[in-house]
Amino acid sequence: MTETALAVGMRGICKQFPGVLANDCVDFSLRKGEIHALLGENGAGKSTLVNILTGLYRPDRGAILVDGRPVTFGSPRDAISCGIGMVHQHFMLVPTQTVTENILLGLDHPRFVMRLAEHEKTIAELARKYGLPVEPGRKVWQLSVGEQQRVEILKMLYRGVQVLVMDEPTAVLAPQEIDELFKTLRSMVAEGKSVVFISHKLHEVMAIADRVTVLRKGTVTASEIPVAETNKEELARLMVGRDVLFELEKKPKAPGEVVLAVEDLRAQNDKGLPALRGVSLEVLAGEIVGLAGVAGNGQSELAEVITALRPATGGRVLLHGRAVVGEGSRATPGLARWMIDAGVSHVPEDRTHVGTAPNLSVTDNLIMKSYRKSPIARGLAIDGDRARLAAERLKQAFDIMVPTVETPVRLLSGGNLQRLILAREIDSAPKLMIAMQPTRGLDVGAIEGVHRLLLEQRDAGAAILLVSEELEELVDLSDRIYVLFNGEVMGEVREADAATIGLMMTGTRQADLKAGEGVR
Amino acid sequence: MTTPDRAVPRPRGRFPVEIRLEPRTAQPRWLGLAVSTGAVIVALLLGAIVMAAAGGDPFRAYGFMVKAAFGEAGVFSDTMVKATPLILLGAACAVAFSMKLWNIGAEGQFFLGAFGASAVVLTPLLPPETSPWIMIPAMILAGMLAGALWGFIPGILKAKLNVNEIITTLMLNYVAVNWNNFFIYAVWSEGGFQMTHKFPATAWLPRLADYAKQFPQLRGLTTHLGLVIALVAAVIAWWILYRSRWGYEIRLAGDNPRAAKYAGINISRNTILVMMLSGALAGLAGMSEISGVVHRLQGSISPGYGFSAIIVAWLAKLNPLAVIPVSVLFGALIQAGREIQPSGVPKMIQGIVLVCLIGSDLLLRYRVRILVRRQEA
Repeated sequence: MTETALAVGMRGICKQFPGVLANDCVDFSLRKGEIHALLGENGAGKSTLVNILTGLYRPDRGAILVDGRPVTFGSPRDAISCGIGMVHQHFMLVPTQTVTENILLGLDHPRFVMRLAEHEKTIAELARKYGLPVEPGRKVWQLSVGEQQRVEILKMLYRGVQVLVMDEPTAVLAPQEIDELFKTLRSMVAEGKSVVFISHKLHEVMAIADRVTVLRKGTVTASEIPVAETNKEELARLMVGRDVLFELEKKPKAPGEVVLAVEDLRAQNDKGLPALRGVSLEVLAGEIVGLAGVAGNGQSELAEVITALRPATGGRVLLHGRAVVGEGSRATPGLARWMIDAGVSHVPEDRTHVGTAPNLSVTDNLIMKSYRKSPIARGLAIDGDRARLAAERLKQAFDIMVPTVETPVRLLSGGNLQRLILAREIDSAPKLMIAMQPTRGLDVGAIEGVHRLLLEQRDAGAAILLVSEELEELVDLSDRIYVLFNGEVMGEVREADAATIGLMMTGTRQADLKAGEGVR
Repeated sequence: MTTPDRAVPRPRGRFPVEIRLEPRTAQPRWLGLAVSTGAVIVALLLGAIVMAAAGGDPFRAYGFMVKAAFGEAGVFSDTMVKATPLILLGAACAVAFSMKLWNIGAEGQFFLGAFGASAVVLTPLLPPETSPWIMIPAMILAGMLAGALWGFIPGILKAKLNVNEIITTLMLNYVAVNWNNFFIYAVWSEGGFQMTHKFPATAWLPRLADYAKQFPQLRGLTTHLGLVIALVAAVIAWWILYRSRWGYEIRLAGDNPRAAKYAGINISRNTILVMMLSGALAGLAGMSEISGVVHRLQGSISPGYGFSAIIVAWLAKLNPLAVIPVSVLFGALIQAGREIQPSGVPKMIQGIVLVCLIGSDLLLRYRVRILVRRQEA
């Protein structure tokens, strides 16, 4: 194959940051009309490489070829003019402006007169063509995350890019939105455009990509292998540099007494609409109970009610047989303190906005749940030395990679932040643990570690309620699974298979499934 | 179009040197002090340029200002008198700001504190011949309670109804001033003048000058016991913020209220309590000012201390201990300013110092690298 069939070639790219060689002589080739996955752990250099490709960084050494011609980019604008555009993980949209205004933002044309209606028509057409349903006249703040992503893609398509770089596009999407995104990407490559797909979710890479390039610690460990000729185990090994256990060692264990009982629980979401419509479930000591469901079907609200962050509008929550929410409860509604004191730990869904305080130190973030009790508390004071010692111990034990425990946590990567939260929540020796999306955004090696920690807690006798959108993870870890749809429990599955759960996730009740078996 | 938060877009064009900002991963302890000192020096140099441009001799002016603020025991003592309310009010603001409660009402709480302390003497709650050992603590208590009440009102409105505390505290300033004026003009007025009669000596905070008989060198020094009270209060405020469990809750709630809620912290109760503590510290400043300096309640007891304190707290990076030297600096500017010019230069220097210090924050977060651009192929 000659260079001319390549949309983009990157040759010997090197990029040095203070203390890290982010890219060490990286080669990368993108053909026309392919989806090329860029795989690697956090910090492997994927983002640096695509930031160089899209003009945000300049390489220290190396060349970029577009359609066989060498180019240098001084800014993302230069890259876009060469037909290379990027959709970032965190969207760059103006919330108070409409979709059309956002798409036109920064363009030279229209310059003075904005005939919005006209542009809206063009954009609506473009959206229809690539299967990106979004209303051009709506304000961005009214859109869901999935719709905002479509706006970002449209922004790039409107600028006529031939190469679209997508940085972990599925991290924020619900499963059905992922399917729609994949359809869009396929329709783009069918037209001869190319897509660089950054991810560390192996099954997605296997599902969507044509070829894969794997990075580890700034170097290419596997270059341009066709997906058809590889498998998940091999890719994981290339990424992590060692074998990754996909089979978890789960000891059989007889569950103990009922730790958490939820009875006919009702609650509202932030918009004041019913989010839980009479949920009942139980979690026993020494078992992991999975909660499956498409995002937004009441999982977050359920976790928040159990941890007293959200008031219930009906029903009860019992902990060791004593009411903690609803009738008979003596706890102050809306005060999480009661639950913390009762031994409930909570790995929140939102690590940065709920789980940590960005400008406080690692130490301060690690004592968030223990500062009221001895030994961290000493009378009215906090024992600074003991707090620091405890933080050092957790830093060691959970492999939190920070220079010192005085570092503010805003400087931590996502994986380290998650380890910090897990360290804090597990260290409190919980009787009940509510784990929301504990592996979201982590790479394979880190996921394995989190899974092991959860199983250790289970074997130590903790009751764990695990909420995850990764069906595979739920099936692997859970002893039982409840499926939540539209604020109701569709059924309870013991011998889990993904197909049944999938049907229940879309609103089929377990009872109906069984009745239907005879007919089919 | 798209700028990553870490890299500032570099200048286009052919400038041979590239300036780049890189986020710091660690801040050494000495850095804060070094950067702040550097910023003050830069500010003074900039001020010198402006003064020179206006035809003045900056070095003489600075020399004169230093002399007017620190030159001899008498003026240094006056500087400390100015610094005293600033320390208390700065600590008051630092406490509230640490929880991101924007208490703009320290001025009003200061006035109410002065009122509360006066009420003890003028109502009179205690007869004038009461021993100072009872009188002064009673005034302190009354002043702090009145200030705390003035903090409680915006606090509970914020906690229960989510009313913006910036508006309420700001508006309550005017209420406080006029509340005091009502008493000064109508109730406690001395022969129709806009001031009350002088407090009995039992209600005065002792001054250094009071001991001139034993120690002649103290003659004429106006520094009063309020300074000691302010220093103790600042240390206590620092201990609460940085060493106590309550302070941890305050800082956590200030940095991320949702995380604080998640950690089981009662946000509304803390909102009320922090506003009350802030108000109490400001009220204490009011008490110290009337009992230590003016010895009566009158209209003009503050040249805007409560507003200067906002700047003081900010420059001190919300650390009540750092509030002390910053207050002395501001006290010096107020003191020296009066000596050289009623307004103008001292105000300008205040402004330049403020801009430089706030700008220098960038150097704390980022490392500046200057790269000489290579020839590009």
